[in-house]
Amino acid sequence: MPNQPAISVKGLTKAYGANQVLRGVNFTVPRGTMLALLGPNGAGKTTTVRILSTLLHADGGHVTIEGHNLTADPEAVRGVIGLTGQSAAVDELLTGRENLVLMGRLYRLTKASAQQRAQELLEEFDLTEAADRPAKTYSGGMRRRLDLAVSLIATPPVIFLDEPTTGLDPRSRLAMWEVIRHLMDTGTTILLTTQYLEEADQLADNIVVIDGGKVIAEGTATELKRQIGQDRLVLTFAKQADLEKALAALDGAIAGSNSEPTASIALQNTQADMRTTLEKLEKAGVTAVTIDIHKPTLDDVFLSVTGQHQPAEPTKEVANG
Amino acid sequence: MAELVFEKRPKPLLVLNDILLMVGRSSRHILRNTDQLLGTFFQPIMFLVLFSAVFGGAIEKSLPPGVSYLNFLMAGILVQTLAFGSTTTAIAICNDLQKGIIDRFRSLPMSNVAVLAGHTISDLFRNGISTVVMLLAGLVMGFRSSASFSDWLVIAGILLLFTFAFSWLSAIAGVFAKSVEGVQWLSFIFVFPLTFASTAFVPAEGMNKYLKVFAENQPITHVVEAVRSLMLGLPPGDHIWLSLVWCGIMLVVAIPLTTWMFRRKTSA
Repeated sequence: MPNQPAISVKGLTKAYGANQVLRGVNFTVPRGTMLALLGPNGAGKTTTVRILSTLLHADGGHVTIEGHNLTADPEAVRGVIGLTGQSAAVDELLTGRENLVLMGRLYRLTKASAQQRAQELLEEFDLTEAADRPAKTYSGGMRRRLDLAVSLIATPPVIFLDEPTTGLDPRSRLAMWEVIRHLMDTGTTILLTTQYLEEADQLADNIVVIDGGKVIAEGTATELKRQIGQDRLVLTFAKQADLEKALAALDGAIAGSNSEPTASIALQNTQADMRTTLEKLEKAGVTAVTIDIHKPTLDDVFLSVTGQHQPAEPTKEVANG
Repeated sequence: MAELVFEKRPKPLLVLNDILLMVGRSSRHILRNTDQLLGTFFQPIMFLVLFSAVFGGAIEKSLPPGVSYLNFLMAGILVQTLAFGSTTTAIAICNDLQKGIIDRFRSLPMSNVAVLAGHTISDLFRNGISTVVMLLAGLVMGFRSSASFSDWLVIAGILLLFTFAFSWLSAIAGVFAKSVEGVQWLSFIFVFPLTFASTAFVPAEGMNKYLKVFAENQPITHVVEAVRSLMLGLPPGDHIWLSLVWCGIMLVVAIPLTTWMFRRKTSA
C-alpha cells in the first residue's frame, strides 16, 4: 500500500463535558512528509496529538496510522509511532544514555541493539559529552533533544512533535529545527504542532490551521501566505503631508490604520521591490522616518480566514514543565 | 545506522522483561535520590535510639521478666519502619503519574502495569537496606536474639512478604492521590493508626478493651508478634500463619485494585 497516507484522520471529535474540543477534524499526511498543525493555545492541537498517540480516546472519527486502525489496534499503533510531548518526558534521575537504552528496551529492542542505537543518537543529537550525566542537569534545549532522541530510538516511521520548540531560547530553537530537518531527510513521516507560523513555514510541507477544534485553512506554506498576504514594507512619515505625497507616488500603497502617518506596500520580490519603492520616494522628495518589513504572522492568518484576531496571545510562551 | 534487532519472545516473557527493566529503573532512582537514601539509613537508627531511650524505662516494668525493652522493641520497630517505608512507593508512583514520563511509557508498546511492579519490587531492596541498618544498630545497642539461622530465614521471609504487601497497599494511595502531599496524608491516616494501635511498641495489656481487641487482631500485630517470638524464642502461637494469611489478603486485594485504578486513571 505505498500510496496510502501514513496518517489519515477523518471526522475526529472530542468533548470534555460540555466543552467541545474537537469538532470534526480531517487531514491526511502522505508518507515521508511533514504536516504542521498550526493554531493558538486551546485550538485542539495537543488533544489531537494525544488521541493519535493512543493516550486519549476520541468520541468519534476514524483514524489510521501506517494502516493500523487506532481504535481497533492501539498496540500496533504504539509500535509504529514516537511521541515528543510539550513537557520533555525524560527520566531526570537517569542519565541520557540510560534513558535511551531503557526506552529502546521497552520498545522491545535487544540490549545490544538498544545500546548501539543509543550511542548513534547521542552522537547525532550532540549529547555525547552529557551522555552519562543525569538528565536533571541538562539545559532546556538538551532535554528537548534527548526527549526527541528517545522517541526515535526504535526508528518509528511516524513521529509526533507536540510544540517541540515552545519555551526554548532562539539558539536552541534553531538547533532543534536543524535536528527536525535532518529527521525529514530520513523519510520519517512527521506531525508537528506549533503556534508559530514561521516554524510551520520553515519546516513543514503542508500546514493545517486549526482553531476552536476545526480546520479553518490548509495548504502549503506558499499557498497559505498567498491567502494571507506577503511581506509588507511599512513606512512611517513625520507628517500627514509627506504621507499623502508618498501614497500618490507609490502604486498599491495603502495608508495605515493607526494614528501615525504610515503607508504600507506589499512586497513580491523583497529586494527589488524595496529598491524601487525607495527610489520612487526619493523622486517624490519624501523622506520616511522609519522603514520596517512586516512579516505575516499567525494573527494575520486568523485575520484573513476568520476575520478575527487570535483568541489567545500567540507569543506568550508558557513553560509547561 | 545499524540494523535494529527486536526481541522475539513470547508475550509473557516480554512482560516479565518490562517488569525487570522497570525494577532496574526504580532501583537506580533509589540509589540516586541521596536525600531519601540518607533517610533510609538514619530514620531507623533515630527511631530505635529514641524509642528505647524514652519509653524503655517506663515500659520494661510491664514486660515478661527477663525481656529487655530493646529486645521487645526490635520486632515492632522493624515492622513500623517497613510500613512507613511503603509510603515511598506511593510517592514514587504519584510522581510518575504527575510527570510527562507516564505519557512516554503509555505511548510505548510495553506493559503499563510494569510501572507499578517496578516500584513495589524495587522497594523491597530499599527496605532491605533499612532492615539491615536497623538490626546492626540494634546489635550495637545491646539487642540479642536467640533465633537460629532457619528462624532468621523465616523472619526474613515474613518481613519481605509484609513489605511487598504493604507497598502494594500503599500504591493505591499513590494512584488515587492528586499530589505528593495528598499521598503523605493518605498514608499517614492509615499507616499511623495501624502501627501504633498494635503491639509494636507496647504490650496490649494496658490498652482499653476495645482498642485491645483491635490491636490484638490486626495484621501489623500478627506480623510483629510472629517476628518477635522467632527473635526471642517465645511460643509463636497462631501469629506466623495469620501473618501469612493477612499478607496474602492484602496482595490479592491490592494488586488487582491498584492495577485497575492505574489503568482507569491513565486511559482517560
